[in-house]
Amino acid sequence: MSATAPVIESERACGLYRSLVLIREFENALDQLFASGIMRGTAHFCVGQEATAVGLSAALKKGDYVISYHRGHGHFLAQGGDPKRIMAELFGKEAGYSFGRGGSQHVSSFEDGFLGSNGITGGGMPVGTGAALALKMKGTGGVSVVFFGDGAANQGAFHESMNLGSIWKLPVVYVCENNLYSMSTHVKDTTAVGDIADRAAAYSIPGVIVDGNNLVEVMDAAETAVERARSGQGPTLIECKTYRLLGHSKSDNRAYRTREEEAAWHARDPIVHFRQRLMNDNILTEEQLNEIDADVDQEIEAAIKFAKDAPFPAPDGLEDEVYA
Amino acid sequence: MPEVFYSQAIRDALRDELERDPDVFLMGEDIAGFGGAFGVTKGLVDEFGRERVRNTPVSEEVIIGAGIGAALLGTRPVLEVMFMDFFMLAFDQLFNHGAKYHFMYGDQAKVSMVVRTPAGARRGYGPTHSQTLDTFLMSMPGIRVAVPSNAYDAKGLMKTAIRDDNIVVFIENKTLYGRRGEVPEEEYQIPFGEARVVRAGEHCTVVATGQMVEDAEKAAEALSQQGIEIEIIDPRTLNPLDTETILESIDKTAHLVVAEEGHRTGGVGAEIATRIFEEGFYSLDGPVRRVAAKDIPIPCTEPLERYVIPDANDIVRAVQETLVEE
Repeated sequence: MSATAPVIESERACGLYRSLVLIREFENALDQLFASGIMRGTAHFCVGQEATAVGLSAALKKGDYVISYHRGHGHFLAQGGDPKRIMAELFGKEAGYSFGRGGSQHVSSFEDGFLGSNGITGGGMPVGTGAALALKMKGTGGVSVVFFGDGAANQGAFHESMNLGSIWKLPVVYVCENNLYSMSTHVKDTTAVGDIADRAAAYSIPGVIVDGNNLVEVMDAAETAVERARSGQGPTLIECKTYRLLGHSKSDNRAYRTREEEAAWHARDPIVHFRQRLMNDNILTEEQLNEIDADVDQEIEAAIKFAKDAPFPAPDGLEDEVYA
Repeated sequence: MPEVFYSQAIRDALRDELERDPDVFLMGEDIAGFGGAFGVTKGLVDEFGRERVRNTPVSEEVIIGAGIGAALLGTRPVLEVMFMDFFMLAFDQLFNHGAKYHFMYGDQAKVSMVVRTPAGARRGYGPTHSQTLDTFLMSMPGIRVAVPSNAYDAKGLMKTAIRDDNIVVFIENKTLYGRRGEVPEEEYQIPFGEARVVRAGEHCTVVATGQMVEDAEKAAEALSQQGIEIEIIDPRTLNPLDTETILESIDKTAHLVVAEEGHRTGGVGAEIATRIFEEGFYSLDGPVRRVAAKDIPIPCTEPLERYVIPDANDIVRAVQETLVEE
């Protein structure tokens, strides 16, 4: 934990806590919808990783952009994505952000500063780097945040992107959510370094390791990296050590890891941790926090109802949608 | 009208567009000082500086990917991939990302980007520096494909490509770089999806792309001496593909030969022939013939390269074959 954790004002704390809980409950609801056979397709849940999404978005402002990967619902929600329209996308409905064409792994809202999730591991890294190039060339002062997992750190796109970001001093922050497993394979079996942040040295940029389950610590690192990017000093690689508490995707019984390991990470639940901290520091009361929980429950219920009731898209004119 | 090299025509189009629109910039390996492997962008860095004529590392995946990201936020990158063969390193970004953004994300997402690349054999560069991979690009929804066969078309199509709001892969040809052609100094653009009738004829339609247009013209002279007049059609863009012009020609000639430098199986010619079968079958009086590279990697040494890569003689033979069955 950071020794100089900032004091959080209660209003900001409400927003941060709400964002964490919204992501958690959105994912839990989705897990239930898949389990009950209502939901078609697939999805990758970020339960347990909420603090990385919320912590980075907290450091951004209008004109900044986030690009995500397959485990991307949390990043979108943290950027202000509307749960109704994300849920509608998951239900394959016209009202979804991608009109039902994208599904879980392909949603975006540029006006919310979210350039999209994507289904190719590491695939967002070059695009997010290019977004930073445009921001720099146009002189907007904007910053691009590129999320990826530990698996992507072994893709060529990781190397090409971070090298380019560094030599051109692009306003980009690379955020690796190291949740220990690329699907079922442990990071120690796939990755030649113990800490992915060490790879930053190869690109002459700072490599920072944070406890990804500690929101305040993530926010601290994010603010430093975003400021560095914004002021023209180039990229930072932040490695958030975290854990996905559910499986890789909807159909994963987690046979590759022990229940004891999972229990140890449940004990480090980022939301429980932040909630406790807010109460301990007298920033928010338990009652206030419970109110937020109830409010989020209602929002998720409303999102599911909206998505279920919304019409499916018709194929008419689909051929005309391929080209701008 | 002044005669300029094909490479010069492309450079002139790039210069005009860099001058016209501050959002246009160039990016690629060795394109600044060196001017790219074939000198197409030579000198532009002196006029527009290193911010707008950017040398990149040898990193094809991030060249294409960063182009996509930069285009999404309102710039108009014109990228160079040094040899078309190197596209293989970047197909993920092109196919899985760039080609799909607008479809998935609607009007907020426009990938206004051009990727220039030299294709083609006949220079002894061997299996990984000689390929013509048009068919891969043509078969992927979401990508426009231009295949200029002469200096005039190269300039006019490039201007259209840069102003288009989609990804355009602009396939240049290594042998054609050194060919001269008449190019007017005044502004003009060539719309996509409009084939050019290179030569009118009544006996057989030859649809040829890129370098094969020149070969078709050579074949036309040889065939003309035998009393056979071929009509040569250059589609100029493969996506969109102007099948109308080909169908109109078939109505007249009733015979079709398709000629390309890519491999035969699943090639551009196979696609064009199939479309004509589907829409113009009853206009045909003979079998369609494909002229294409043999399904063999392209060898380095000249006699073997010549064996694999088609030329004017192959077109002559194909035309004779399709006519003889009558």
